[in-house]
Amino acid sequence: MSELRGSDTFFLSYTLGYAKRGEIMIKMQNVNKFFGDLHVLKDVNLEVAEGEKLVIIGPSGSGKSTAVRCMNFLEMPTSGNVFINGEELTSKNKTKLVRETTSMVFQQFNLYPHMTVLKNLTLAPMKLHHKSKKEAEELAYHYLDIVGLREKAHVYPTTLSGGQQQRIAIARALCAQTKIILFDEPTSALDPETIQEVLDVMIRLAKENITMVVVTHEMGFARQVADRIVFMADGQIIEEGVPEHFFTNPENDRVKQFLGKIIR
Amino acid sequence: MDGLFSITAWEKVWTYRSTFLLGLYNTSRMALFALILSLVLGIIFGLMATSGKKYLEVISRVYVEVIQNTPLILQLCFLYYALAFSGKSLGIVVTGIISLGIYHGAYMAEVVRAGIGAIPKGQFEAAESQGFNYVEKMYFIILPQSIKIILPPMVNQIVNLIKNTSCLYIIGGADLISLTYSFVTGATTGGAYAPAYLVSGLLFFIVCFPLSTLASIWENSLKKRELKTAEAVKTISEGVVTK
Ligand SMILES: Nc1ncnc2c1ncn2[C@@H]1O[C@H](COP(=O)(O)OP(=O)(O)OP(=O)(O)O)[C@@H](O)[C@H]1O
Ligand SMILES: [Mg+2]
Repeated sequence: MSELRGSDTFFLSYTLGYAKRGEIMIKMQNVNKFFGDLHVLKDVNLEVAEGEKLVIIGPSGSGKSTAVRCMNFLEMPTSGNVFINGEELTSKNKTKLVRETTSMVFQQFNLYPHMTVLKNLTLAPMKLHHKSKKEAEELAYHYLDIVGLREKAHVYPTTLSGGQQQRIAIARALCAQTKIILFDEPTSALDPETIQEVLDVMIRLAKENITMVVVTHEMGFARQVADRIVFMADGQIIEEGVPEHFFTNPENDRVKQFLGKIIR
Repeated sequence: MDGLFSITAWEKVWTYRSTFLLGLYNTSRMALFALILSLVLGIIFGLMATSGKKYLEVISRVYVEVIQNTPLILQLCFLYYALAFSGKSLGIVVTGIISLGIYHGAYMAEVVRAGIGAIPKGQFEAAESQGFNYVEKMYFIILPQSIKIILPPMVNQIVNLIKNTSCLYIIGGADLISLTYSFVTGATTGGAYAPAYLVSGLLFFIVCFPLSTLASIWENSLKKRELKTAEAVKTISEGVVTK
């Protein structure tokens, strides 16, 4: 990706925050989630340290999306607690706490189609983070450079390819300058030819001190980027460890089966 | 009885043209205030219906169903006579504005609900994940997208509202239809039925036709644009590379 090269100032202006590295940024404590009678998360306990890159893998329907969506209260746990940077997430404080700490990148991009790319990027900084138009646009161009799409600032998102839209969505998440970015299968809606351009951006992102939680089926990416991999099945974390452990000698049979299927 | 081709009947209508213009003025004025009321109610109940809060949704549903499944004339009479008998009559015009407003508010609420419901869930989630609160989310992200879907059917509702001012005839209103009726049955003016109703109808048509034409042009251009967007989205999600 030549357009991604040559920016030594990569993330120069990124807020690194005050918490010491290694402090717990996200903590899920005995989280249960029901959809009606369906028990989707079963007593999930999970901690993510500041700056950690956590990859969540597992079969379809195992509750991966629900787990990350509980981290910013897009889904409310039926029981149990979620803490962000030490503060408990509640239905009362979620808007404010999420705004200050967490961004999300979705499988379907979810860019705002009625706004240009630039407006997509500056909306939250201006309306929520009290930045002036000038500051917000400088920020937007900075991150557009990072995802290599500066020239698309004034077009509407629907005119872009899926890969480009997702890179814009990542730039939008970065513009909030939050310490945490959640990714829910960011490349699953993309055609094979554009997956890599998005992964490249994420790989560069991973060099920063951002706490990243990534649900993905891209095992190459997981191996390269993850500090830790969590495997979910039937609403439970059944195995976790560093990529080395995961890909060389997983203990659980379901993990072995899954990896056998997915890595061909 | 003077027929459609009677010169004297047409002369009578022309002599009393101010009656028709007054009727048109009263109808338009009433329609305007009723429209404002219906928009306010439509937005409130439409937002309630999409709030995700069960009790608000139920309240909105009850309002819409009760109003949509009883005749406007009945609501009008009920409001007028109920108030009259309780000794607090609001007058015909205000009663008309209120009941037309409430009646069309229910239809506006459905239009608003459908408009918001047409916005993909991902838009709401993206806004929430960025930390927008409910009002900010609706104002910056959802409503600007729904407005294009909402406006054409809303204009159609305005047309219906204007036509429905004619129901005020039942409580003796001062709208175009009521005045036309007084005209054709009046002691000095009576008789010119056909020309009078033709003129009255023409006045309605002159107001309503441009509006409904606007609505359908709008709707068509919207559909075309939607088709394009849908295709673009489909191409992307099917993973087909388009160059
Ligand atoms: N809003 C909802 N209402 C009802 N059931 C839901 C809802 N969201 C998810 N589910 C169900 O919960 C289970 C877990 O879903 P989830 O999306 O978390 O799985 P996942 O691991 O992300 O799967 P995938 O790999 O397919 O994305 C599934 O059975 C799903 O059908
Ligand atoms: Mg999922």
